[in-house]
Amino acid sequence: MLREIGASSIDDLFAIIPQEYRLTRDLAIPRQMGESEIVDHFKAAAAQNANGYASFLGAGVYRHYRPVLIDAIVQRGEFLTSYTPYQAEITQGTLQAIFEFQTMICELTGMDIANASMYDGSTAAPEAAMMAMRVTGRDGVVVARTVHPEYREVMHTYAQHREVATGHKAREVGYGPEGTNYAGRIDLAALEQAVTEHTACVLVQSPNFFGVIEDIPAIAEIAHRKGALLVVAVAEAVSLGIVRPPVEADIVTMEAQSFGVAPSFGGPFCGVIAAKEKYVRQMPGRLVGQTTDKQGRRGFVLTLSTREQHIRREKATSNICTNQALVALMATVFMTVYGKEGIRELAQQNLAKAAYAAKTIGANGTLLFGQSPRFSEFVLQTEEAPEQLHARLLQEKIIGGVALERWYPELGNATLWCATELTTREQIDQAATVMAQAPAVAAVR
Amino acid sequence: MAEAEKFAGTTRKVTAHLTQNEGLSFEKSAPGKKAYRLAPLDVPEVDPSTLLGSSFRSLNAQLPELSEIEIIRHFTRLSTWNYAIDLGMYPLGSCTMKYNPRVNEFVSRLEGIAEAHPYQPEELSQGSLGIIRLLQKCLLEITGMEAITLQPAAGAHGEFTGILLARAYHQAKGNPRRTVIIPDSAHGTNPATAAMCGYEVVNFRSNPKGGIDVEALAQAVSEETAALMLTNPSTIGVFENEIHRIADILHAKGALLYMDGANMNALCGKTRPGDFGVDVMHLNLHKTFSTPHGGGGPGSGPVACKKMLEPFLPVPVVEEGADGQLHLNYDRPQSVGRVRAFYGNFGMFVRALAYILANGPDGLRQTTEDAVLNANYIRKKLEDVYELPYNTPSMHEVVFSDRKQTKNGVKTGDIAKRLIDYGFHPYTVSFPLIVPGAMMIEPTESESREELDLFVDAMRQIAREVEENPQVVLDAPHSTRVSRLDETTAARKPVLRWRRP
Repeated sequence: MLREIGASSIDDLFAIIPQEYRLTRDLAIPRQMGESEIVDHFKAAAAQNANGYASFLGAGVYRHYRPVLIDAIVQRGEFLTSYTPYQAEITQGTLQAIFEFQTMICELTGMDIANASMYDGSTAAPEAAMMAMRVTGRDGVVVARTVHPEYREVMHTYAQHREVATGHKAREVGYGPEGTNYAGRIDLAALEQAVTEHTACVLVQSPNFFGVIEDIPAIAEIAHRKGALLVVAVAEAVSLGIVRPPVEADIVTMEAQSFGVAPSFGGPFCGVIAAKEKYVRQMPGRLVGQTTDKQGRRGFVLTLSTREQHIRREKATSNICTNQALVALMATVFMTVYGKEGIRELAQQNLAKAAYAAKTIGANGTLLFGQSPRFSEFVLQTEEAPEQLHARLLQEKIIGGVALERWYPELGNATLWCATELTTREQIDQAATVMAQAPAVAAVR
Repeated sequence: MAEAEKFAGTTRKVTAHLTQNEGLSFEKSAPGKKAYRLAPLDVPEVDPSTLLGSSFRSLNAQLPELSEIEIIRHFTRLSTWNYAIDLGMYPLGSCTMKYNPRVNEFVSRLEGIAEAHPYQPEELSQGSLGIIRLLQKCLLEITGMEAITLQPAAGAHGEFTGILLARAYHQAKGNPRRTVIIPDSAHGTNPATAAMCGYEVVNFRSNPKGGIDVEALAQAVSEETAALMLTNPSTIGVFENEIHRIADILHAKGALLYMDGANMNALCGKTRPGDFGVDVMHLNLHKTFSTPHGGGGPGSGPVACKKMLEPFLPVPVVEEGADGQLHLNYDRPQSVGRVRAFYGNFGMFVRALAYILANGPDGLRQTTEDAVLNANYIRKKLEDVYELPYNTPSMHEVVFSDRKQTKNGVKTGDIAKRLIDYGFHPYTVSFPLIVPGAMMIEPTESESREELDLFVDAMRQIAREVEENPQVVLDAPHSTRVSRLDETTAARKPVLRWRRP
């Protein structure tokens, strides 16, 4: 081939790189490995992670059963190794699957339209807030403190330069204390105060970070009265099987990890933005639409791309270029497998397991926000410090709930627990037993 | 023979075959069909309407109801309508559609890796943290940079992070500065990113060779320039050989050199951005490091930088403690904050690291050499039939234009569609914008000479068709399930979801 090109050596092809910047040594990285060595390398890494533990972790990443059909389908090379479907004639498979995904997300959330997916739930929320800014022409964002703390951090990162420019900082609104009507949910009176004629949107999560379901109609009413939009983030997608969809919202963002996607140490996941139809032209990300070919046959294409960066450049709705197509496909297969009845049955099992866990494990401390409706997570306050509690549980191969002090110092020794359909009664009972053995001295911090 | 070549379906690479028809899953749905069975509930039943009160969902979402075999047929049929790297050459310029090794998929699914929860205790996450640590070390060595974050979820997200770092750096010196300079050959994500970070975009015209006009740049850079976003090799596949002068011009005014690493597949093991003056850059693990594109994601866009930008990296960062254990450090007061929850697209890190281990130093170098060799081979074999707008040496991709074909009314988009009939995915159409009628071809190292020859054959046959029978090209593709789709109506009257008739 070199001869055909007219080059005498491979280095001729790199002659344009100035000599002083050419790398003349080997890169100092591990030597080339055989396939069996690669597998061994990662098996050793896997063995250094948690194996064989019962886990009560949730907090934005949920452990659900993943039907084997999902992997059988996404491992098909035609899905796995295809690019963004710009050439519609030879990517109808991906396009139709995304169209089905968009439809199912609309069905679940009660919105009119949904995009082809975003990076994840934590980035979908700030993208939705920026979308609300474009729709309303306002710059303020009011965020509930019950939104996932890491989502709020991402929100701040996205918004900071706009804040500098406009002077409208994202405002956080706290939650009602124990014993009130709004225990563990956004404080409606404070919200009322926070929303002004500069507010582009109110952002809440439901079920929120504490697992509590927010009063969406009441929040929507407050937001809309001042002309602000309501953005509702859903981090636990399975909840939509049994929890009333946030139909009063203007934009719904989702993390679809619960739909058949492995926890995988935090990613890749699948964010979504769904909205009322009238906001479609301000929507970020890719959209698939139905159309026809020259013979009148139905087909699907990427559409409304004039919103996007490759056309609009600096005037685009977002710089987002990829979506999470393969992960969206996993979610699509998951939703198809469970279907209309299954998604409800699954959600109901999660509800039952969490109710049992809250009762059983909750007996070893104070269950916070217990009067508010919740889905699959609950907050437990213990006398024992979370580090000690965790250490004792780990000895029995149990990973307890996430300690909340880092984000909510006012809650003291609080932990956030999650049970799903995969959590067994035996695991719940055993965790409760270990917790009941708390040494009295451990109670003193 | 010459007669047959003009006709669709007689190429050496493909033969037409049947594909199954398949409606939407919703259209196939029938009440009561099921493909799931839950384990029996081992805790007391609950009454959801009592527990949830007014938050109870009374109406089911109208998801489809299908049996298991219907579902697997549904998606398998859809899959057969796709083109993929696993089927053949996918020469999309700038997208680096290389082979996605299956061992990467296998190791990413190992239980201890796939089931790892991001909040499980650090002592039970040493395997995951070790993967992050080793990948970081390898990427730093490959790029010649000094610090890195793996948190960004994709290339554009990496750009966003990189420009935030630049902004924080300038801010720490008292002035975030006002503008970001972007060549007109850049990806659209570059200007969109700069705008998202609060910068005014200064569009910079390429010189007649498609590169940076160094003298004009010296005029354009000022104390208000935060950074230049440069793709190197450029989007026309040319290495910017005055790169160090460019860096010097920027640095003299305190501005930074941002490198869009989309084309890193041309550099790995041969030269390092950190050595030629780059201050901050992103990588695309889904391009250079073989993680699958999956029909448009997930990607992963690590950002590497020089030491002076390290304090501003997103939180958390992985650090090795005195105890030899790896830890997540959140205590970074100068950090730009988080750009994403958790630690990034970890599953992609696993795959990228597997790729690096499979290659080693010699393999990565050879990969780059083969990618460049393949692009130059295609260039040589096609330069007599397609116009080469820039005569500068090509690296890993070659950009032709449709100038010779437009006199017969055929444009780059038509030739691309005709390539489909010959069994290839089209090249990148109409990009970069500085080349009218661009045809951007990136074969990658994955293709054998046999596959390249088939591609060359197809491109040459199409060039002949343009001369002899342009209509066959204008009407292409002829062999697909659907012909060209009406995009205008799709955008004018958007139908973005199925509705029950």
